[in-house]
Amino acid sequence: MIPSRTKVGKQLLNIVAGAALIYLFVPIVFIVAFSFNKPRGKFNLIWQEFTLDNWSKPFSNPGLTDAFFRSLQVAAISTLIATFLGALMAIALARYRFKGHGGFNLFLVLPLTAPEIVIGSSLATLFLGQNFIDFGLLTIIIAHVMFQVSFVALTVRARIRGFDWTLEQAAQDLGATPMRTFWKVTFPLILPGILAAALLAFALSIDDFIITFFNSGSVQTFPIYIYGAARVEISPQINVLASIVLFASVAILAIGTFSGKRKKAGRKQRKLVRT
Amino acid sequence: MGAVDTPVRRSQIAASADRVGLGALLIATVCLVAIGGKWVSGPLSALIVLVLVATIGGVFALAWRGGPEARRLLAPYGLLKPGMLWLGLFFLAPLWSLLRISLSTKESRFDINYNFSWAFENYRIAFANFGGQFSRAFLYAAIATVLTILIGYPLAYVIAFRGGKFKNILLGLVVVPFFTSYLIRTIAWSTILSDEGVVVSFVKTVGLVPLLEALQIMDNGRLLNTPAAVIGGLTYNFLPFMLLPIYVSLEKIDVDLMNAANDLYSTNTAAFRKVVFPLSMPGVFAGTLLTFIPAAGDFVNAQFLGNPNTTMIGNSIQDQFLRQNNYPVASAMAAVLMVSIAALVLLYTRLFGTEELA
Repeated sequence: MIPSRTKVGKQLLNIVAGAALIYLFVPIVFIVAFSFNKPRGKFNLIWQEFTLDNWSKPFSNPGLTDAFFRSLQVAAISTLIATFLGALMAIALARYRFKGHGGFNLFLVLPLTAPEIVIGSSLATLFLGQNFIDFGLLTIIIAHVMFQVSFVALTVRARIRGFDWTLEQAAQDLGATPMRTFWKVTFPLILPGILAAALLAFALSIDDFIITFFNSGSVQTFPIYIYGAARVEISPQINVLASIVLFASVAILAIGTFSGKRKKAGRKQRKLVRT
Repeated sequence: MGAVDTPVRRSQIAASADRVGLGALLIATVCLVAIGGKWVSGPLSALIVLVLVATIGGVFALAWRGGPEARRLLAPYGLLKPGMLWLGLFFLAPLWSLLRISLSTKESRFDINYNFSWAFENYRIAFANFGGQFSRAFLYAAIATVLTILIGYPLAYVIAFRGGKFKNILLGLVVVPFFTSYLIRTIAWSTILSDEGVVVSFVKTVGLVPLLEALQIMDNGRLLNTPAAVIGGLTYNFLPFMLLPIYVSLEKIDVDLMNAANDLYSTNTAAFRKVVFPLSMPGVFAGTLLTFIPAAGDFVNAQFLGNPNTTMIGNSIQDQFLRQNNYPVASAMAAVLMVSIAALVLLYTRLFGTEELA
């Protein structure tokens, strides 16, 4: 009686999990499928007929294309700055014990616990009350760096927590200068963590809507363009570009997992050789 | 290097270097907040800039004169400084200026200037006119959070304990949908739930309409533009923020603990209730914060999936700020939202908190 009941329970749980996974993919399937739709009228909402036209000219909508590349540009610049600032903070927090350590740790979490709408509107009040910079590309980048820094710092810190800092001492004992130690020993070892954090920050920047909305002025990023256009038209090119971003990120993810696995396998082999 | 730089002098410098480093960092941050938040103006702000530059320069001088020991003590503050200053100017100072504007008055809608005048009136307006939006925001966010636990926990559990060699692939599958834009996902839901959409026609053919209406999920035969649609959108969009922390905490659990429970004749349910679930609480806790906070401040879902009677506080802040240009009242609402969320988080941490948050 009991084994059969647990078996049923086991299956039931698998079914629930499977349903949740399908639920996650419902809108995605929809988005990709409708990139092959040939809409009648301006709204790509009702399935008409299959076409490859949208994919053959993904950049036929100039406003959308501009916004798309502006988003990439903003993400590239802000990720560079945020990764630099955040990685320094992460190294400080992971490498050293110092006065105020806990306080800084807590402070870094704060920006993540404030709702986006509060961060966006408060930044806008800062920019409103001055005459140095106008709302535009610069304010968007500043805003993005602001919310990326915490993410980068916390991600990098988590990734380098287990790092063996005595390696640095070893290098210095062997006569390396602190600079050389950092670039030849520390940096290569913490680089994967920094890259992972940078990827996350890039993704956050590309997708950010609420904070950008308050600080963009008349500049349009990809999400801002879609928001403005959604009332007037929903062109199938939106679906095409969204699908491109989706497939590109899946490819990066796959490459990341694959190369990670290969490295692990290599390590295993070396271990075997040694024993 | 002069005669002062004897080893004794150096060790004296080193002894207080960390206090100096911390102090300089805090002073520099406060200076930036003061300038950004407009505590000061005119010649006084020039003085503050001078203080700011002086603290930075002073620390550099100390590091140069103090020798390796002092440099090692100062290093963490130096590494923290650029990021801290950025957060000071663009995170702390804005919060200050938000509070300031929330107590200011504005002559008219079209006037861009506002004057600080302890105008608590703004807060009264915020509560009187937008109380409904506040309570809806918290109610919808709370329901969505519970739903993300109900949907996310089983999936995280299956991936963590039954994923086997497909664990990473399954985890990747969970994240993949969120590589498409947030807005596009939400618009996609509005199409899926629309009156001519697949779901509504399916529900109509199967005859589930009366049931769903009784459950208050449907309204007059519609799925879109209902409270349920807004909550559904919030649930969908914030699901990974719940699922991933739960997964991480489940993943850490030692399988031997579960075997031990079974060896001691515990049933599977009891083993789950007494061993697995308590150990996964840090994940549920972190997930709840990561889901509830952004959900309570969201306005995208309510805008695309809701109707005028389902607007949340985010919609009102956005509308007052960007369309009505009513910065004072919008700021007052944002301040109330922030403070009430902080209070809720503190309360929640007191009640269920674990030390693994940060």
